[in-house]
Amino acid sequence: MSTDYRLIDSTLRDGSHAISHQYYADDVVKIVQGLDAAGVQVIEIAHGDGIGGSSFNYGFSAVPEKELIARACEVTTNAKIACLLLPGIGLADDLREVNEMGVQVARIAVHCTEADITEQHIKVAKSLGMEAIGFLMMAHANSPEGLVEQAKLLQSYGADTIYIADSAGAMTTEDVRRRVNALVENIEVPIGVHAHNNLSMAVANSIAAFEEGAQNLDGTSAGLGAGAGNCPTEILAAVSNKYGIETGVDPFVLMDLAEEVVRPLMPRQQVIDRAGLILGYAGVYGSFLLHAQRAAERYDVPVADILLELGERKVVGGQEDMIIDVALELATKHAEQESTGNGASA
Amino acid sequence: MRCAILGSGNIGTDLMIKLLKGTDASGSGTTPLELVALVGIDPKSDGLARARRMGIEGPHEGPDWIIDHADDIDMVFDATSAYVHVAQAERYKDAGIVAVDLTPAAIGPKVIAAVNLTEHLDAPNINMVTCGGQATTPMVYAIRRAIDHLPYAEMVSTVSSRSAGPGTRQNIDEFTKTTSTALREIGGAEHSKAIIILNPAEPPIMMRNTVFGGIPEGADHDAVIESIYAMEKDVQKYVPGYRLKNPPVIEEGPYLTPGGEVPHRAVVLLEVEGAGDYLPPYAGNLDIMTAAAQRVGEAIAHHKAEQKAGA
Repeated sequence: MSTDYRLIDSTLRDGSHAISHQYYADDVVKIVQGLDAAGVQVIEIAHGDGIGGSSFNYGFSAVPEKELIARACEVTTNAKIACLLLPGIGLADDLREVNEMGVQVARIAVHCTEADITEQHIKVAKSLGMEAIGFLMMAHANSPEGLVEQAKLLQSYGADTIYIADSAGAMTTEDVRRRVNALVENIEVPIGVHAHNNLSMAVANSIAAFEEGAQNLDGTSAGLGAGAGNCPTEILAAVSNKYGIETGVDPFVLMDLAEEVVRPLMPRQQVIDRAGLILGYAGVYGSFLLHAQRAAERYDVPVADILLELGERKVVGGQEDMIIDVALELATKHAEQESTGNGASA
Repeated sequence: MRCAILGSGNIGTDLMIKLLKGTDASGSGTTPLELVALVGIDPKSDGLARARRMGIEGPHEGPDWIIDHADDIDMVFDATSAYVHVAQAERYKDAGIVAVDLTPAAIGPKVIAAVNLTEHLDAPNINMVTCGGQATTPMVYAIRRAIDHLPYAEMVSTVSSRSAGPGTRQNIDEFTKTTSTALREIGGAEHSKAIIILNPAEPPIMMRNTVFGGIPEGADHDAVIESIYAMEKDVQKYVPGYRLKNPPVIEEGPYLTPGGEVPHRAVVLLEVEGAGDYLPPYAGNLDIMTAAAQRVGEAIAHHKAEQKAGA
């Protein structure tokens, strides 16, 4: 069936952040079956920080991700299975391994100014016969012209599709429109948008991206994901129907999946609380949220202060270690203020 | 010992400036290394022009120039790329030129200046691992020596986009693989992982490195912390800008590492400020690499001189 855009669901990848990478094989089977039954075209699965992300820095997976990926490949019938990989964290060899298992789509993710580190990985994906998607993260931090320049690099390496990701959930609809418009005008391959909900704009931004010519949109079931969560797949499908946009997916099957399978897994509902809003407002990488909350608790400093300082330092995705650095510095400062008696007036 | 530098990019040029100062890597003695040439492939490169201004040769005939001058050169510092080094290593060996390899090619034994400086002084080819490896392996080793066994260690290296040249960008997998191997082979971890991040912030950020070590049950935490502080001093002997950005901490888990579950982890937050010889001080990644290579080259030179004196 021809659809107006292609829906890529990332519940099993980006959603992994929100449950601290504690997916089990049963969860994977149920989620893949649900998405597949709903007609979702592509299902992404990996550690939240991509293949190879299981680590001290990003959190260890409960189950080795490759076991989960293999399971997803076994149970899917129509949907293609995708993996995300960040060069510098995962290896081209990982792509070879998951391709053997049946993964057909490789999303090569990179900070929105560093596209030239993806050449090796995009070329390996292409040589394996995979679809290669270049994925520019933290896209709010680069101008439309800058993104076009980066997208041209990705295109020259062989990327079949190019995404911009609003990893901090920091973009307004206007920000999205200008970026997608510039990309559609200047790039030959299809464009996609991956939205986050920190400013409560995820669905609206996705629809706006479609109106500007994006042909791929991302969602996660119940919005499960880093920071304040992603664009909820079931809401995106429902809203698309209202607009008369043909998605090829059944929103009711997606609603059942979100309600009956995904919500019961969630340690907390995906709401935009203070910390989530600060991430979007300060433009800080969404997956820092839970790590920052843990560091705040451990070193007894306010989570909002950690996030704002990370924004000041212009940290990029992957620098989760800086959360500990900032927390320790804030704790030291706090202790100094206490000892000099300035604490009360601060 | 007469030496040449191959590769007139950031690393090669920075190393040239260090060697032409005449002092050794510790800054307190005289270097036994006599730099003959900085060799590149682009006649218009800034590095080669600088070499000529500084009074040494700056040919652009690449590796062939080194081989053609084998009689006048005892040691080559290869600051090109892993691919180039792999293609040329055998020729240096056949010509009797010791190769100090600053690429992640990892043909020869790996040397981390603060850990196994004198272990491979007779090898024809020495691999300097990576900048992140030079910065973090010492701390993995420091944790390891304070406890029974280290089931798993991890490093995260963040460098400013401006200080990551095309070599690093095209070979990012080689960087992580070579670094990760060094954490095991030299650092002493049983399992390991290496991560590299590029940060485009302006003004550029100082090179940051974080080391995580899985601490098994029953370990003496104070001994771990003490060992980390001692290692900071050791590395500062040749990289003065190497420092703990925050006090090292032991955090409580548990953590399900690839080496098994551990109750605690050590977190070592490092910053490397460069000496500012060629690129500005934020490029600590270049500085720790070139300073370590100089130190290794000097150790080899002293060793060969002692052998000669003894013979």
